[in-house]
Amino acid sequence: MKSLKIIVLAKQVPDTRNVGKDAMKADGTVNRAALEAIFNPEDLNALEQALSIKDMVPGSEVSLLTMGPGRAAEIIREGFYRGADDGVLLTDRKFAGSDTLATSYAIATAIGKMEYDIVVAGRQAIDGDTAQVGPQVAEKLNIPQVTYVENIEKIDAKSMTIRRRLDNGFEIVKTPFPVLLTVHSSAPDCRPRIAKNVMKYKHARTLTELQDASEDYTRMFQDRPYLKIREMGVDDIGADNEALGLSGSPTKVKKIENVVFKAKEAKVISADDKEIEDLIVELIENHTIG
Amino acid sequence: MYCETNGNSVAEVSLELVTKARSLANQLKVQVEGILIGNDLKGLEKQLYAHGAQVVHKAEDKRLEFYQTLPHTSIVCRIMEAEQPQIGIFGATTVGRDLAPRVASKLKSGLTADCTSLEIGEHYEKKTDTKYENLLYQIRPAFGGNIVATIINPDTRPQLATVREGVMKREELDTPLKGKTKNWNVEEIAGKDDFVVEIIDRQVEEKKVNIKGAQIIVAGGYGVGSRENFEHLFKLADVLGAEVGGTRAAVDAGYIDHDRQIGQTGVTVRPKLYIACGISGQIQHRAGMMESSMIISINTDPNAPINSIADYVITGDFSEVVPKLIKYYKKNSK
Ligand SMILES: Cc1cc2nc3c(=O)[nH]c(=O)nc-3n(C[C@H](O)[C@H](O)[C@H](O)COP(=O)(O)OP(=O)(O)OC[C@H]3O[C@@H](n4cnc5c(N)ncnc54)[C@H](O)[C@@H]3O)c2cc1C
Ligand SMILES: Cc1cc2nc3c(=O)[nH]c(=O)nc-3n(C[C@H](O)[C@H](O)[C@H](O)COP(=O)(O)OP(=O)(O)OC[C@H]3O[C@@H](n4cnc5c(N)ncnc54)[C@H](O)[C@@H]3O)c2cc1C
Repeated sequence: MKSLKIIVLAKQVPDTRNVGKDAMKADGTVNRAALEAIFNPEDLNALEQALSIKDMVPGSEVSLLTMGPGRAAEIIREGFYRGADDGVLLTDRKFAGSDTLATSYAIATAIGKMEYDIVVAGRQAIDGDTAQVGPQVAEKLNIPQVTYVENIEKIDAKSMTIRRRLDNGFEIVKTPFPVLLTVHSSAPDCRPRIAKNVMKYKHARTLTELQDASEDYTRMFQDRPYLKIREMGVDDIGADNEALGLSGSPTKVKKIENVVFKAKEAKVISADDKEIEDLIVELIENHTIG
Repeated sequence: MYCETNGNSVAEVSLELVTKARSLANQLKVQVEGILIGNDLKGLEKQLYAHGAQVVHKAEDKRLEFYQTLPHTSIVCRIMEAEQPQIGIFGATTVGRDLAPRVASKLKSGLTADCTSLEIGEHYEKKTDTKYENLLYQIRPAFGGNIVATIINPDTRPQLATVREGVMKREELDTPLKGKTKNWNVEEIAGKDDFVVEIIDRQVEEKKVNIKGAQIIVAGGYGVGSRENFEHLFKLADVLGAEVGGTRAAVDAGYIDHDRQIGQTGVTVRPKLYIACGISGQIQHRAGMMESSMIISINTDPNAPINSIADYVITGDFSEVVPKLIKYYKKNSK
């Protein structure tokens, strides 16, 4: 069967799962600098699905697409280490401040410049937490979507059979190509880095990263063109400025509050029999229990 | 209001949201209208009238037995384009979070994800010197639950939001409204292209546990230590007529099943009484339980973060305290 072109959408996110003491500034706002920048967890599940499709259909190609600032090139390198064939960093000042509508417009416009049969996204990013970008990219590309993917059961020349997770069960669906999938965290974990690929790609850089680099790097780039990570900006994808960034974002943040402990005066009790019995009696009397 | 159905009734979350929509609509002096899509919807609109919907838009078709993204998107967009609502609300469920972004993208309007609260308010935009009145404040946790953002949608309509299950209270009207139904012709709206994705099989287990609806919850964390130790909590739950819940750490450790997980990635609960055993109270857990009317924390660490939101703090080992609670409850209740 004909090989497939697969694009994986991956986002670099601050690790909001391990918010330690230094993650909050004195004024109570989130200190992003103290949070490690990581590969969004469900995007690793997405990459695994893409790589497993490649295993099933030999000759297929997996490309990563990430939108973010220059440092997000790290996502592309990580993808190479784990077996991706190509990667593009979508980066431009004009993307800053994008909500999900503007983000999905930029990503869909970039995808429109690439060849694809399948787009694989994570279900949700752990910073914005919206899970909206996948379905919105699918709508902008005018292709069907299959969300909460857990497993690809079967694949043939014209279609794919997929198991998707529901709240309290699952569903098996069959979809034609092209299609966009969003992958759920209950799907298999991503395979580890391949040592050979780490050796091969650890010096992969974008042009922007290269500009800060030494002469040696420049020469290495000429000798080994696969080390060059492609960058695309607004002009490369031919996007409409008005639909990007703040002006393309209908939602606005009016206010942000940090979740702080609303300290209540708690009644402190010991494990002593008498105190526990008093508590029970009080709860029965005020009809909380009983 | 996009209303979900599950077989023979309107989904609980949709009834919660119609109830909420009713109070927003009162403030704005507008109507609440529901959208029902399915194969054979029988009299489901009556449930919506009973909760405050004045108009119900019905789209029925043999092909719509189960939810599918594309036809539902076409139908919801067609109805919203025709009716021009100010606000559009969906449950933040597997269905709502699949459908709403696609609808928002098609209507080119802003969508706020996973709200826990909705209010009406105003906004002044300095840059353009514009004053907005009667905007929907869409309040949602983000950043892994570490912040709560108020999001507005000043310039595009409808203002779209998905709202989490269990955070709004469902309340029937004393006398149901005499609502109106409007039927939509699905043949005309959803074509062949909308059915390219085929459902081959579907396995839905009835939810066995109903911690969302429980009045009293006994919850355990990693501190409970083992699946066997959880039996203490099940016993306490049994005598109190409560349900047992757990934290993600307890679920990950295999002490308790995933369908009992409470918090950001589990269910949100707001029982009358929440008894937390061996739970530290990280933000992601608190997000799912902090609206409980009363919280009792049983913890060996007097400084556990959860203690700061508790009403009663019992400093001690749960395996000692829980049996005592059982004993004195039996002794004092009739
Ligand atoms: C707490 C909070 C809540 C917000 N809520 C909303 C909301 O609900 N709705 C809304 O519309 N907006 C919201 N915003 C507005 C905000 O300006 C952005 O939309 C949002 O912060 C961007 O997403 P992010 O923070 O997840 O990612 P970030 O890590 O900030 O990066 C996100 C985007 O910035 C762009 N970017 C930054 N620098 C570059 C660069 N040099 N080149 C290219 N791209 C760059 C990238 O395109 C990337 O997608 C919120 C912002 C904050 C801080
Ligand atoms: C606190 C806060 C609240 C916000 N609330 C809202 C809101 O309610 N509504 C709204 O419209 N915007 C909101 N935003 C803005 C939103 O976070 C950004 O637009 C962000 O760029 C994308 O949304 P997300 O992080 O929720 O991604 P999700 O939609 O959760 O991401 C799903 C998948 O899409 C892909 N993807 C997402 N972003 C990228 C990227 N930059 N590059 C490559 N792939 C990507 C990944 O595969 C990812 O797994 C908020 C931002 C913040 C910081």
